[in-house]
Amino acid sequence: MEFNLLADIAEYCAREKKDMAQAMLDYEMKNKHLSREDVYSGLKRVLLTMEDSVEQGLTQMVISPSGMLNNWAKTVYNSKTETLGPRLKKAIARAIAVGEVNACMGKIAAAPTAGSAGIMPAVLVTMIEEHNIPREKLLDGLLVSSAVGLIFAKNSSFAGSEAGCMGETGSAAAMAAATIVYLLGGTNDQILEAVGFALKASMGLVCDPVGGLVEEPCTTRNAVGVANAFVSAQMALAGIKSLIPVDEVIFATKEVGDLMSPRLKESGQGGLANTKTGRDIQKRVFRTAE
Amino acid sequence: MSQQPSIFDILGPIMIGPSSSHTAGASRIGYIARQLLHDEPKKAVITLYNSFAKTHKGHGTDKAIIGGILGFGPDDERIRESHELAKKQGLEWEFQFRGDATKFHSNTARVKLFGKKGGAVEVVGASLGGGRIRIQEIEGFPVDFTAQAHTLVIIADDIPGSIKNISGAIAEHGVNIANMFVSRNETKANMVIELDQAVNAETLQKIESLSWVRFVRHVEPMTEHSSRYEK
Ligand code: SF4
Repeated sequence: MEFNLLADIAEYCAREKKDMAQAMLDYEMKNKHLSREDVYSGLKRVLLTMEDSVEQGLTQMVISPSGMLNNWAKTVYNSKTETLGPRLKKAIARAIAVGEVNACMGKIAAAPTAGSAGIMPAVLVTMIEEHNIPREKLLDGLLVSSAVGLIFAKNSSFAGSEAGCMGETGSAAAMAAATIVYLLGGTNDQILEAVGFALKASMGLVCDPVGGLVEEPCTTRNAVGVANAFVSAQMALAGIKSLIPVDEVIFATKEVGDLMSPRLKESGQGGLANTKTGRDIQKRVFRTAE
Repeated sequence: MSQQPSIFDILGPIMIGPSSSHTAGASRIGYIARQLLHDEPKKAVITLYNSFAKTHKGHGTDKAIIGGILGFGPDDERIRESHELAKKQGLEWEFQFRGDATKFHSNTARVKLFGKKGGAVEVVGASLGGGRIRIQEIEGFPVDFTAQAHTLVIIADDIPGSIKNISGAIAEHGVNIANMFVSRNETKANMVIELDQAVNAETLQKIESLSWVRFVRHVEPMTEHSSRYEK
């Protein structure tokens, strides 16, 4: 069983009268010779890991070995000032939490990468908290996110060294946007629109981590990725349309990734990594760490 | 149809952070080295190349490799304390760094292990991203496998009929050979055989008992469940 475009998946759903989660369940069961239970128990492990990583980042001391991250998730979560009420604040704190746990050698589920691992957990935990979505249903939300990831990986790339951060936090935000639309009862068309919005917002984002560590700007980009996911899902659920069809948007991310200078793709030679302060931090971290 | 990716390639791996290439992949290289040693390691000499050499500290690459050598999977939280645990178990280790080895992939490690029973093995592996690895050298022989299938690694005297004999022994037990990769030096041949399923102990013993076979190891496929690894 093979899907090469998001449109293929939507077509399969229409033909088989299934939703996108069921389509991905069929895909995994057929291709990997797994039972329904196998797939769901795998998804449960992913969800549990995600929930634990959020919890850890919000409750434990998390100071990364480089010192660049220092209990930011708790700082945001407990902040008295709220730009848009407590919901957005808490949602983004959850993404930062996972970023910090990851930097401190905690356990995370890459989704789709370790650098972008904060976005899906933050969105899922927020959907439980704010919309009372049952945990069982979140597993289907994960399946829907995997549809987006699958097609993105085929037609673009998750690697920061190939597609920049557009490939990591951009694709994660798109996966998460699809999950939100699905969990709120949106149609397949709306799911695809949301993916399009999220990717368009990340188009051309460079990968420029300071000192080559998955900390700065990765952690705060995860927070922005969560906001992107909710914004994109909101627009799609309201019924507005991304004028460029989502599969074409994905091809555009590939083109843009190819056009981006290698200096801006995880090489440490451009962007924030190459700023005066970025270089200073790099020197300090790798000297004191030796 | 080519092999389709799993949804768990996208939602996963479940791993100890911070980096799938510099942490998860590194632990897997250490773990493969342990399987190839087939003994409790007492000493490890590890050379990190290129990006591994430059940024190992910040990514915990050194802890991850030692964790792998102790038998921990990439999602095993004991990786964080692997150096302390290794000391307790009497493992000695030494790291060397080569920042500009252009002939190697940017994330490459060489692991030389010495076992408590006196054996030793030397392995070079590259971490490809997403936790995937490729083993590139064993005991000086160039090899190329990803440890995603059951894999046999055999070193034998390079005598006529050696390959036929070994593949015969495997086929006898109804195991399919998916891929076979042979390399040679002046006197010996190295065979890396990827199998559709595990071989039984009997087959392994049979191959080992051939007088011209020097080294036989079974490497299990790498999956993220640490339950598959030694606890
Ligand atoms: S900046 Fe680079 S390393 Fe950091 S999350 Fe983005 S793609 Fe990953």
